[in-house]
Amino acid sequence: MKLKLMLLATVAGVAFAAPAVTEELPPCDNCSDSMTIVSWGGAYSKSQLKAYHEPYQALTGITIVNDESSNEAVAKLRAMNEANNITWDLVDVEGPDAVRLCDEGLAMPINADELLAPAPDGTPASEDFGDSLISDCFIPQIVFSTTFGYRTDVAAWNGKVPTSVCDVFDLENFPGKRALEKRPKKNIEWALLCDGVAKADLYDVMATDEGIDRALAKLDTIKSDVIWWSAGADTPQLLADGEIVMGSTYNGRLFSVIEEQHQPVAMLWDYQVFDFDGWIIPAGLPEDRLNRVKHYLRFATDTQRLADQAKYISYGPARASSAPLVGKHAELGIEMAPHMPTDPANMKNILVNNIDWWADYSDDVDAKFQAWLAK
Amino acid sequence: MSSTSTDHMDAPSDGIMRAADGTPLKKSLARALRREKLRSFLLILPLLAFIILSFLMPIADMLFRSVENGIVKETIPQTVALLKTWDPTTGEAPGEEVFAAFHEDFVKAYKDKSHTRLGLRLNYDEPGMSGLFRKTGRKVAKMEPPYKDAFIKVDKDWGKVETWAVIKRASPVLTDGYFLSALDAKRTSNGIEMLPEKERIYLFLFKRTMILSIVITVSCLLLGYPIAYLLANLPLRTSNMLMILVLLPFWTSLLVRTSAWKVLLQQQGVINDFLVWIGVIDDANRLIMINNQTGTIIAMTHILLPFMILPLFSVMKTISPSYVRAAKSLGANDWTAFWRVYFPQSVPGIGAGAILVFILSIGYYITPELVGGTSGIFISNRIAYHISTSLNWGLAAALGTILLALVMLLFYVYDKIVGIDNVKLG
Repeated sequence: MKLKLMLLATVAGVAFAAPAVTEELPPCDNCSDSMTIVSWGGAYSKSQLKAYHEPYQALTGITIVNDESSNEAVAKLRAMNEANNITWDLVDVEGPDAVRLCDEGLAMPINADELLAPAPDGTPASEDFGDSLISDCFIPQIVFSTTFGYRTDVAAWNGKVPTSVCDVFDLENFPGKRALEKRPKKNIEWALLCDGVAKADLYDVMATDEGIDRALAKLDTIKSDVIWWSAGADTPQLLADGEIVMGSTYNGRLFSVIEEQHQPVAMLWDYQVFDFDGWIIPAGLPEDRLNRVKHYLRFATDTQRLADQAKYISYGPARASSAPLVGKHAELGIEMAPHMPTDPANMKNILVNNIDWWADYSDDVDAKFQAWLAK
Repeated sequence: MSSTSTDHMDAPSDGIMRAADGTPLKKSLARALRREKLRSFLLILPLLAFIILSFLMPIADMLFRSVENGIVKETIPQTVALLKTWDPTTGEAPGEEVFAAFHEDFVKAYKDKSHTRLGLRLNYDEPGMSGLFRKTGRKVAKMEPPYKDAFIKVDKDWGKVETWAVIKRASPVLTDGYFLSALDAKRTSNGIEMLPEKERIYLFLFKRTMILSIVITVSCLLLGYPIAYLLANLPLRTSNMLMILVLLPFWTSLLVRTSAWKVLLQQQGVINDFLVWIGVIDDANRLIMINNQTGTIIAMTHILLPFMILPLFSVMKTISPSYVRAAKSLGANDWTAFWRVYFPQSVPGIGAGAILVFILSIGYYITPELVGGTSGIFISNRIAYHISTSLNWGLAAALGTILLALVMLLFYVYDKIVGIDNVKLG
């Protein structure tokens, strides 16, 4: 019954919105009538389907094919480019991958103000998106963060609750296994911050061999109690099973463990690391497909659409003008704003993924990190 | 009919056998055979073409990437030519002439965006090059001569000898750099050097991959041999039933089986829960059986077991029971009859099963990735990482080539010791 009502509401919503938007949606000349969009799958793809694809299909009648290959998008795009056969029209990637693809010439550079719709008050897209335009090829959608979740029922903690990211390194007060990503990025930063490095000096310290050694030494203090994850779904699973007492993962994953599966888990927002996720257009698309992609993008990245996505998943819209429009979760009916990484209460201490630094040093640091891990 | 035989009679008797039409028999047989050969070649042609196109060529291409290094010369040709005469040991950065050529090359590269690709390539040799090229790219169009100062103004690294030494070292169209990296070594201005002890990883992982693969092969053999023996010696009806039990997991998805092991082995998992419940271990000291080597060995042994059992079974099936009976009638006890008579006949099956399991396990990466934690991962996990994440395909190719060479070497050693003709799949 509830579901039926909701469906009705959605249909009504679309029907209601449709006439208003068609006036704004210009016709698409010389455009292909289907497009292949690559994304991450799961709850994230679903949020895009609901917020972008379905309304767009309803307005234009085109077919959108979903491909869930974002995980290996960079390697596949490179292979497609070498084979000279680009089968994808639009690809959802994380910020660092977008920078990488742009550097390799595999993604098409864009002009944000030309391609993307301005905010309702007329602010040009480049200003509305602001800092999230991290690369010439990147069209941001969401802000997500990597942060810690912890179990709220650990008897050995004697009622104490972790409040700082440094509690992850405190085995005395917070004993138990913790999960960290099997990559140096973020772990190195957290380790150094908790070893007394000031936030402002972080990347200068990390650029030296001693800095990396220092971070690894700090991580050594908890190494025997760490389970290393490689897929974002690992930490929520381990938390739910009671295998770990705390662990890092993407904030949206923790949201679903806490609010959808009602596990005894809470968020530790301290020093969450911000990242952007968004679209890139593969370089070398034929004209009709490119026109379609541009037409779609103007619609799917406007202020309302980005705000709509937050109804289905707890990631913050990349546009400043979308933030006030974020409402309640479409199915759970809870206010989404406090669950956004960008909520002021969650943002007391933050780091922003330093993509340029990692682009230069990731090969080197990764080799050191993996050598450290293996021994 | 009779006229033909008359023709034969009339043929000059030069000792050459001739066919009915008078051509020498040898020739006409060869022609018939040639046609036969051509026909059979045409029959296998689709498969051959398929294998060459979809298997051999990609492998050859991938192997070639481990030494291929045309990008530097293609992107900045004039600079590379001029750098030939520059000597880094002088301790001086190149002169204005090189910078001017570099500027020209760079502007061209910037237009087709290949400067960042070059930066990524050079970053493998020296961290920071990628950022340097990206940063310089943004400003290169507006540069004015003298270019040396202009470049140094963008980033002082352009004035450093080491930056140019890196470019010069990376200039040849073929490189051994990827192979050096794959062997934990590096080419510096003082020649080839091993990396510091704590940064070495690949040799260590090759060694671990070999050792764990041997352990997995041996445990497959120990578990598989009795099962295969049982299957081969039971009445057909029972053994077919039991065979289903071997094949059922074989047909089940690899991921499902690996995930099932997670559920079983984890600290809050089924096995630990059971052991705590019956009181063998107490709740605070649950066994750690996953996210380490134990997890990898258990899960991979289970996954690869059918590859051991099936060849063993098919070889044992052909061993006549009368040999063992004969041995016993001549006075051998059970053990002697098995060890001296039965076992030697099953060796070809052991060889086939062991090779199959060993080669499959050194290339495995999904299972170690999921249950291996940090101490149970293989070299293939690093290859996968370089293919799909770091995109350092050259290094991945070099690691893959070394792995391939190792397998071939082991195959050769096996052939010398046991003999490859002593391997039977059935």
